[in-house]
Amino acid sequence: MLYFASAVIITYGFWLVLSGHYTSTLMIIGAVSSVAVVALASRMAVIDREGHPIYLLGRATWYWPWLIWQIIKSGIDVSRIILSPSLPISPTLINVKASQKTVVGVVTYANSITLTPGTVSVEVEDNEITVHAITRAGATDLAAGDMDRMVTKFEGGAPS
Amino acid sequence: MAILVDILSWFFLVAGGAFCIIGMVGVLRMPGMFARLHAASVTDTLGAGFIIIGLILQAGFTLVSAKLIIIMGLILLTSPVATHALAQAALHAGNRPKVAHDETGGHIAGEDEPSNS
Repeated sequence: MLYFASAVIITYGFWLVLSGHYTSTLMIIGAVSSVAVVALASRMAVIDREGHPIYLLGRATWYWPWLIWQIIKSGIDVSRIILSPSLPISPTLINVKASQKTVVGVVTYANSITLTPGTVSVEVEDNEITVHAITRAGATDLAAGDMDRMVTKFEGGAPS
Repeated sequence: MAILVDILSWFFLVAGGAFCIIGMVGVLRMPGMFARLHAASVTDTLGAGFIIIGLILQAGFTLVSAKLIIIMGLILLTSPVATHALAQAALHAGNRPKVAHDETGGHIAGEDEPSNS
């Protein structure tokens, strides 16, 4: 029920931002359609802890800035590789362990890997992720597990 | 003050444009599909991100900025999914990446035994 309410609030907020017209008729129509959309979605059983992970919102305030900083750092690294005449790449395939306990955590980890330029998660199965990295250094950095620990903390599991 | 915001906004717009071009150059220079994915993700993240930050500074504190932030969130959530889907589809179609270092021992996550294709 809490998930239903928060999904309605977020959907309605989204509607308000996209609409930009604040007459009472339109606002009521928006409210009705947000409730209808969430009602349909909950009949599909996607409004739950996994499909609507609202409890992560607070922790996103420190995880996202950290992730964006990682993206900028490795983006500049990859740009330097692209622009250097010798093209110093050493493509590496590596398996890393995802120590997250929930599906949402593993997905967050795999997506964070892909979002960081220079590493792409190629295959995810249970708690193992196969990663293709553009340099060997990038692969070893990832295998060191900083991002893994960060995502585990984000997900709320015990930091290992 | 307005000129300061303009300068900052142009810095981000030019940086975003530069990263888009770098990504394109990378797609042309990199060998093979998997290496090209990495170059494309520079355009996805830094290119689009910096351009949107520059546009937010131009728009100021308005509804347009809120919509730009939503677009940024959409890009950040969907582009890794698309990249992963592409890489996974290529792998399952038998397109093994050419690598300099294979530290998996031939084992791909989710496969029962090492395959040598």
